[in-house]
Parts: sequence; C-alpha cells; structure tokens
Amino acid sequence: MEHKKIMTNNLPADSIEAVTRGLASAGYIASQQIATAVYLAERIEKPILVEGPAGVGKTELAKALATWRGLKMIRMQCYEGLDEAKALYEWKYAKQLLYTQILKDKLGEVLGGADTLSAALDKLHDFGDVFFSKEFVEPRPLLQALEQPKGCVLLVDEIDKSDAEFESLLLEILSDYQVSIPELGTVAALVKPTVILTSNGERDLSDALKRRCLHLHIGFPEQKLEERIVESRVPGISQSLRAQIVGFINQVRALDLKKLPSVSETIDWARVLVLLQSTELDHETVKDTLNVLLKYEADIETTMPQVTTFVAKAGRQGVFG
Amino acid sequence: MRQELHRFFRAARGAGVRVSPVESIDAMKAVADVGFSDRGILRDTLLLTLAKSEDEKQALGNCFDLFFSQPEVKEETAPEDAAESAAADSGAGETQTADAGAPLPELGDLAQMLMARDRNAIAAALANAANAASLSDIRYFTQRGIFSTRILDLLGIARLRDDLDTLNATNPPEAERLAAATEALRESVRDTVNQALLLYGREEAENLRHEILRNAPLARLERRQVEQMKALIRAIARRLRERYSKPRKRQRRGHLDTRKTLRRNAAWGGVPFLTSWKRRHRDRPKIVALCDVSGSVAQVSDFFLLLIHSLHEVVDDVRSFAFSGNLIEVSDILDSKSPEEAMGEIMSKVGFGSSDYGGSFADFEKDFLPTVTPKTTVIVLGDARTNNLDPRADILRTISERSKRLVWLNPEGRMAWGWGDSEMPRYSAFCSVVRQCATAKQLERAVSDIVATYQ
Repeated sequence: MEHKKIMTNNLPADSIEAVTRGLASAGYIASQQIATAVYLAERIEKPILVEGPAGVGKTELAKALATWRGLKMIRMQCYEGLDEAKALYEWKYAKQLLYTQILKDKLGEVLGGADTLSAALDKLHDFGDVFFSKEFVEPRPLLQALEQPKGCVLLVDEIDKSDAEFESLLLEILSDYQVSIPELGTVAALVKPTVILTSNGERDLSDALKRRCLHLHIGFPEQKLEERIVESRVPGISQSLRAQIVGFINQVRALDLKKLPSVSETIDWARVLVLLQSTELDHETVKDTLNVLLKYEADIETTMPQVTTFVAKAGRQGVFG
Repeated sequence: MRQELHRFFRAARGAGVRVSPVESIDAMKAVADVGFSDRGILRDTLLLTLAKSEDEKQALGNCFDLFFSQPEVKEETAPEDAAESAAADSGAGETQTADAGAPLPELGDLAQMLMARDRNAIAAALANAANAASLSDIRYFTQRGIFSTRILDLLGIARLRDDLDTLNATNPPEAERLAAATEALRESVRDTVNQALLLYGREEAENLRHEILRNAPLARLERRQVEQMKALIRAIARRLRERYSKPRKRQRRGHLDTRKTLRRNAAWGGVPFLTSWKRRHRDRPKIVALCDVSGSVAQVSDFFLLLIHSLHEVVDDVRSFAFSGNLIEVSDILDSKSPEEAMGEIMSKVGFGSSDYGGSFADFEKDFLPTVTPKTTVIVLGDARTNNLDPRADILRTISERSKRLVWLNPEGRMAWGWGDSEMPRYSAFCSVVRQCATAKQLERAVSDIVATYQ
C-alpha cells in the first residue's frame, strides 16, 4: 500500500503542457488534443480509445507514454479468434497433470487412513483447491498488466480486429481494472495501468466499450506539426527539405487514393531521402522513391503525372513558408 | 457553471450525440479538472469525453461553437459613439446619463440600461430572463412566439413601454433613441430564442420527422422528402450492416467433434482437456431480386435496390433484375454508378412501361434461371398487377422449387390483393413469405428478416 501511495502521488502530470513536454522528451510530438487526452486519462483514470488511419502514431503514443513514465509497456495485439485463454489467463494443464502424477503416492498416503469412500472424499476436500491455485495460472497480457507492481502502460492494439465477444471481456478491466477468474475470485490491479486501445475503424465498436473510454481521434497532423515530427524523428534533415517533403505529402493527401500516406510514411520517406543525400526535392528522386510513400500500384499511377507540379509547389513553399 | 454544462449536455443530445449519465459525470469530472479558462482545452475535453465517433465529434464541435457563442446584443442604429458602450461601467442601474447629457426623467431599469447602452448589463439581463423563462425547454418552432413574449415580459417590457410614452411627451429625440434601442432588444431576444430552438429543439423535431418518414408510404413521397428518405435508407443499411456483418461465433458451434478432440488430446492420454467442436455450416446470403419498376411501384423498387446494394458487407452476392414490360439485369449498373445515375439509367431502359409479369418471368427463365440455386433467396418486389396478361405462375413455381426461399414484397395493402388485375393470390401459393412493403419501416423489417435467415 505504501508503494501505491507514492506512485499515485507522483504519477498524474499537473498540467497539459507538462504532458506535451513529457511526450516530447520521449520523442513524440503531440498535438494539444492528444496531450489533453493523456492528461485526462491519468486524472480521471479512464482508458483512451484512439482511432484514426493507419500510421498516424496511435501505437507510438503508447510507447512514448511508457518511455516517458519509465513504465513497462504490455502490448496485446488483437486478431480474429482471440479469446480469454490467450488474452487473460490460462490454466497450466500440463503442469496440473504432471503434479497429480508426482503427488499420486502422497495422495495415497493421505487418503490411506480413510476407511470409506466418503471419508476419503472429505479428506480430499480439506486440501482445498490445490490444483486451481495461483501457481497453476498462466497470466496472459491482461492479467500481467494488472499484476505489475509499479503499474504499466497496457496497449490493446487494433481492437477492431477482434471479435465482439472479446470486447465484452475487456469491459470489466476497462471500467474497474479487475478481472474475475471463476476458480480464484477477482484479481484487482495493484496499480491501475494506463490503458490505450487503438482501432483502425474496420468495424464499429460497441457502445458499451466506447462509453468506458475517452475517445481520441488522431487524423493527419497539420503541416507545422508534421514538420516538427519529422524534425524529431529524422535528425540531420535540413529545414528546407523537411518543409518540401511535408508540403509535397500534404498535396498527395488531397488526391483520391486508396491508401493516403500517413506520418509513418512521411518519416520513412524523409529517412530515405536523407540516405540518398538529397538536399532538395527534385522530381527525378521523387519518382524513384514514390514507392516508399504509396503502397498501391494504382495510387502510384495516379500520383505520377502530378509529381512535377507538386514538387514545384512544395519547392515554393519551402522558400517562402 | 454546472447548470451551464447540464444545458450543454441537453444541447448535445439534440445534436445527435448520445450522452449517457455516466458520460456526463465523466465530462463533469474532466471539466472540473481542466477548468473553464481555456476555451480550446474545454472544447477538446468535452469532445474527448462525450463524442464516440468522428461524426459525433463533428456534430458536437458545431454544437459547442453554437452554444458558447451567445448572440450579440444588437447595437442600436446610432453608430456615432461606439466607444461609449465599452466605457460604460457595471453601474448600469445608476443614473448614468447618455452622451447628450440631458437629464433624464425617472426611467425603469431596462430603459436606463438601453439608454446607457450597457451591453454587458443587457446581455446579463437577457440571460437571466431566458433562464427564468426556462428557455431550454423549447421544443418546437411554434413555441418561438410564446418564449419571446415571456422573456420580454420578464425583462420588463411593460415598464419600458410606459417610459417610452412619457419620453414621447417630454423628450422626443430621446424617445426616438429609446425606441430604436427597444427594437434592437426585440431582435436580440428573437435571436436568443432561435438559437435555443436550434440547440434544444433539434432532437424532438428530428425524432418526429423520422417517425413520420419511417411510416410514410414510399410510393407517394414529396420531392423534398426523397432526399431525407435516402438518408434514412442509408441509416437503415448501416443498422443492418452492424447487426449482421459479424456473425456470432457461438451460434455456429455444432456438436462435439469426437475424432478431432481425441487427436488433439493425445498428449494427455486422451483425457479431453481441449474440446473441438464441429462448426455448423452457414450459407453466405445470396440474393436474387426481381423488381417491378413500372408506374407506382417504381419508387419502392428504387429504395429497395438502394438498400440491398448498400449491404455489401452482409450480403455476398446480389443479382438484381428490373422489369416492367421485359426484364434486364441491373446489378452492374447499380454497383458501378451513383444511386441517382443508376436509377436514371434503369428507368430509361425498362421503366415506366405497363407491367407484364408473365413476359418478364419468361425472360428470367430463359436467361437467368441458373443464377437461382438452393442457397438463394429470391425476392420479388411488385404489385402483381398483370394488366390481365398471362401471369405464368408456373415459372414462379419453378423458381420457388429451385431456391431456398421465395419472398414476395408487395407495396399494396392486403385488402387490394386479388382485386382487379392483381394476381397476388395465385402467386402467393408459391411464395415462402408474402408481406406488404410500403414504408421504410416495413422495408427494413423485410430485409432484416431475409438476412436473418442466413445467420
């Protein structure tokens, strides 16, 4: 308890700016909305449900939060068919079986004194549920998160990929930070973990889940913010190139594409361009490296004819903006 | 301020954001933490705690902006001393003389305020009066008049009128100014009431409109309702998708698969720790839709096709056919074009003829009968009015025998079936289900039932 007290006194940041600074120290440039969400999540102890297109830094947010707080991050990747045996806990069947084999003789000894079957049964009852005790529980991510003595950041990634049943399973953890194991009772969190759920919006999540979370939508960042993100992630990139890259990508995002390039693509592309030692964005290099940015053949075909105009525009922005 | 938040929650519900009590408690807690000082942060906070999707965020953001932008208290039409209103102190009730410097006779509070052009005081008085008149209870636009009157009464319009009369007698120029100010005040009140209606009345009005729309006969919609109906159909499609696109796993579990279980548990000497279950086979929905697009049925077919083709996630395979005099396949048109264009093209190809059910069925039998398999649900939408031509019920029988189910949706009421040239009784003998389908509500139920049989 002593321990817990110290943690809760120390943990929540005292202002939204402090959160922004903290995340920045972990290499995550947060917009005000994101910072507000993290701040509130710690204050009113609610999970954050992060939605948004792929690659805008949903997972990254959890990682940055963990780094900043110096906490362990427990990640649970969701997929179809995920069930409680893989997410919550499982009995170690083999171990149980092995122990019964080993303890067979001992059992015989203990029960030896009993004359009748019912007496033996009574004796057996006295030992309680030896084989359904904590030693035989294999904790899976969710239970692990509750058992961390210092608290942790629990990332439930791509919750929309899991089944509806799994969502219901999460509800108890999300609202009360506890799980019920029928044989053992309720396990409550030692220190409430910071929970972050991410979703790509593949299907609509249930209202019950949504209502337990703060709902944060991360879209594509504004130009200035994205430049700062690139700056922090790709050291050694010149300011003009940075502005040109972001300007170019913002124009690409205005096109009607199957998969719009997001922040992670911007960063990858910036890295590639730095590796290629370009100092200016010119349409030859852009055409050669477009496949870093766009992941579909059709998208590349749509963008290709526009490259020259985009580069010119972005170049002007780099000079004046 | 708590009052203010409660009112905001009400307004948010009006804007279509579902705010449950728990959410409002959370929002309260969060707001208590971040405070009211920074409007941007307050907005983010409310958006985070209340809205649950991007659409809701949009709606709530708009609602927030509307809610926290109090309508401007109108300036009277004398612009020469705009600076004065800013200089006016809070001591509005005192005998603060206006620029003319003429000593005013005894005036009521409201008149004083107006003459002093103390905008803050007027705005505060207006807000108080609106509160006292419980303006947030406004529901329908017909209540605008009554609320305006109530607020003006509470502000003390009666006294103001007396003052105006006295001034008219004693000091005509001042009276003119006061009259202008009064007019401006009325306008402010009107704006306040309108804003409140926009904030709090939306929910009721929307519900009422939806209810009416859901039960309106599709065939006789007014032009302006058609757009709304399309939105409603989209909402229905979304609802059906949510309900049926993720089949529940447990329902698929059949009985125990003994062989698999034994094999899986071989490591434990055949003690069945892990069980394997057979999965019940489930067909993915396959639908063949035959739609009458002649005359009065056309509109219903329109909405039906719109609905069925927006269910891609639920229904794998839809083939749609439209007919009046003859029958053509329209699946490609519907899938590749926007609903409006598609409907236009279909209508220009087969629409608006007099219907010939027998001939159309014959067309279908000739070219498309193989599309009907034992997994298919065939849906016929039409009024079964054959214009006294051969109904060819025998083809319908063949279709019925080949298919999983044959559903007939008829926009006409049951009373009309069999009357005149309606062949419904003869056709219905071969249908698994026959139901009336004239309103959006019936349409939703019919499609929902069809999809549910595959679950």
